[in-house]
Amino acid sequence: MFLTYCVYLSLAVCLAGVLWRMGRWFTLSIGPEAPSAPPRARIAACLHATSSILTRPVIAAIVKAWVVDVLIQRQIARKSVVRWVMHMTLFYGFVSLILLHALDDLTLARWDPDYAATANPYMLLRNLMGLFVLTGIIIALVRRHTLVLLKRFNTRADKVAIALCAAILLSGVGLEAVQISSAPLFDEMVQDYFGGDDPEEITSLKAYWAAYYEVVFPQPPVINAQSLETGQTVHEDNCAACHSPPTYAIAAYPVVKIIKPLAPAMGRIRLDIGLWYIHVLASCIALAYLPFGKLFHLISVPVSLAARAVGDTRGNAPLNRHTRRAIGLDACTHCGVCALHCSVAPLMAVIDNPDILPSEKIGDLSLWYTGRLERNRQWRLARGGNICTACGRCTDVCPAGIDLQDLWQASQTDLIDSGYFSPHGWIRTNDMVAWSKSAKTATTAADSGMHLVDNPDTFWACVQCTICTNVCPVVATSEDPRRDLDLTPQQVMNLVRLQLKDMALGCRMVWDCVTCYRCQEECPQKVPVADVLYELRNEACRRLHVVKGPTSKLSPSDLQER
Amino acid sequence: MTARTWLYFPGCKINTFMPQYGLSTRSVMTALGISLDQTELNCCGYPVRHENFAAFMVAAVRNLAIAAARGLALMTPCKCCFGNLKHADHWMHQDETLRRQINALLAKEGLAWRQGIVIRHLLSVLDEAVGTDALKTAVTRPLTGLRVAAHYGCHALRPGNITQFDNPLAPTLFERMVALTGATAVNWPLRLECCGQPQTGKNNRVAMALMTRKLDDARQADAQIMATACTHCQMQFDDGQFEYGPPTGCAPVPAVLYTQLLGTAMGLPEEALGLEKNRIPWRF
Repeated sequence: MFLTYCVYLSLAVCLAGVLWRMGRWFTLSIGPEAPSAPPRARIAACLHATSSILTRPVIAAIVKAWVVDVLIQRQIARKSVVRWVMHMTLFYGFVSLILLHALDDLTLARWDPDYAATANPYMLLRNLMGLFVLTGIIIALVRRHTLVLLKRFNTRADKVAIALCAAILLSGVGLEAVQISSAPLFDEMVQDYFGGDDPEEITSLKAYWAAYYEVVFPQPPVINAQSLETGQTVHEDNCAACHSPPTYAIAAYPVVKIIKPLAPAMGRIRLDIGLWYIHVLASCIALAYLPFGKLFHLISVPVSLAARAVGDTRGNAPLNRHTRRAIGLDACTHCGVCALHCSVAPLMAVIDNPDILPSEKIGDLSLWYTGRLERNRQWRLARGGNICTACGRCTDVCPAGIDLQDLWQASQTDLIDSGYFSPHGWIRTNDMVAWSKSAKTATTAADSGMHLVDNPDTFWACVQCTICTNVCPVVATSEDPRRDLDLTPQQVMNLVRLQLKDMALGCRMVWDCVTCYRCQEECPQKVPVADVLYELRNEACRRLHVVKGPTSKLSPSDLQER
Repeated sequence: MTARTWLYFPGCKINTFMPQYGLSTRSVMTALGISLDQTELNCCGYPVRHENFAAFMVAAVRNLAIAAARGLALMTPCKCCFGNLKHADHWMHQDETLRRQINALLAKEGLAWRQGIVIRHLLSVLDEAVGTDALKTAVTRPLTGLRVAAHYGCHALRPGNITQFDNPLAPTLFERMVALTGATAVNWPLRLECCGQPQTGKNNRVAMALMTRKLDDARQADAQIMATACTHCQMQFDDGQFEYGPPTGCAPVPAVLYTQLLGTAMGLPEEALGLEKNRIPWRF
């Protein structure tokens, strides 16, 4: 009774959670288009688009996407066979267990009047599916803990999902093993299903079940040719129709062999009942948790794949782009394939910011858009997002069909609107003098690695001849370089030569440089002018990046020492 | 360097913003008997170089180490990727401490930089590995009468001591390559200047001023099109010009990728060159 309530309660939580998650698809505003549209308008736009799709040939593309990427999971297979085996075994193992084992009253019991969970082929199939799931769990664990890039970023959601799957599976296999060896259960079954009450027949049956069905009795019955023969007759008359030999329980049988010495003790404490509770409760928890963790991808990924089959986000109506992006945030399973193919992932070796990786960035974006990302993490998110080079490989490989490229562009605009500029934009928020004052207080120990700016050898030959300024195309675009650029290249070189680099860090000339290297090429004294400007930008970035507890609107006063 | 197989380094932008460059490069190279090894490589480090030199070095050198591990010379159609990979290679030669640090980071993946990794831009590969004679033979439909302004692209050209692309003050490679297609390379004063792309999205005033100045100069030299051989330059002159429009009273100067020009002259079909993807259309 208690467990029945639990099942219905978790089902209710699951349904409510799914509705809540899907509701968010229409309330989150992601991207610059048509801000603050009411959810009603968003739902209407989505329904309009969906209904128009249903009547167009593109519906075939959606069905194809579902077959290819949900049922066959080709996109996963293309990138990694191991991951494909993992996902297929988990997916098909769990789906069949749910349909044919958890819901057997509604499925198998209706189709087959002679259905018994302990008879073949059902017992064998159930155990086979259990082994499938076990294979998937083991691959998932090994993968998460061996791939260099992934093992750093196992989130709580990843662990919870694997732990829940493991709890359900292991309790299920354990339960079956304990049931097989349980003498009290044998007694109950005899009471419920055995027609006669001849003690001799029961003793023979015990002998038979002890010998061939692995039941461990507290007082072992006498096993001899006669008792086995009688036992076999009794067994065939009463039990055989519903009970196949336990060797067919290919997942549970090895466990039976291991736990056999402990079986009497397990029988005394009725461990089978305990495990039954654990098994059902773990399944209930998984059901109730489904909308709140990564298991939600069971629902969101097919939706995302359907949207992808129709086309890129840019092709959607502006209102639907927000919805599409919100679905994308929900469809991420944190599988990490995007990170493994990310063009800027190697930068992680130097810049310790997980939000460089698409797999981590999308998680933090999800938190940010739902108002749950703390300030310093927002900062990290903007910095990481800035490093993306828009190569689009993450979008190409995403097995959930998320248009990541579009999500990055949209979110970058939103982040900039919230005051999280790129360094170039940042410098523009104040003038050179203000930057130079605060830059003095924000010195950093490390230097860039080029060792040009602080090295007197770099400048000793500079004679301030102004050739760098005269050839600079950026200077040439300005009628008033002092107004537009603060300083000319030659003046910047002079400041640095005089060990006044702090003054040059926020100078527009440094940040408006197009890195054409004409100054450096044509300097008669071989001063590496363009490389010095590069190093000054590096230095300014390093000082800006040591900001602690950043506010959304940045100013020079945000500069602090590390 | 006359290798027949090259490690192809497309760079990040081609996939998303300039697929016609990747397509036409592969089409032309295949037709010329050059095979391109397409392993997954990473960012050349150019975008992050403003912010973090060490990050730039790791990214760039990792690609070089992959080229070394595969025993191949590296070819890129992007001049920004080219220049930055050359810079990284230069610093690895120059600075022993840096070399040790970067190699220690790469060693975790079993990779290592070593001396002698060959890095070439597409134009140099056409010049050196394919050769003038083979190109002349391949051109079956010369672009006679077409006046082309060859835009060099800063990052391949300068600093000349590091990039070793051509004479940085008086280069001839691009004009020679244009001439091989049967077209006429015009003489225009601003041919070595910047396209402005590095400041696009950062300081658009500067970016647009530089672009407009060059386009005016090309027009004055009676160029019908501008030829580029760099993903970023092409983004600037094609997408940039399309979005911001030419000054009133002026016709746009279509920007055409060199591989598209060469492919047209070789008689390759239009779809193999992605000409339809250019925002400002050009056909010969």
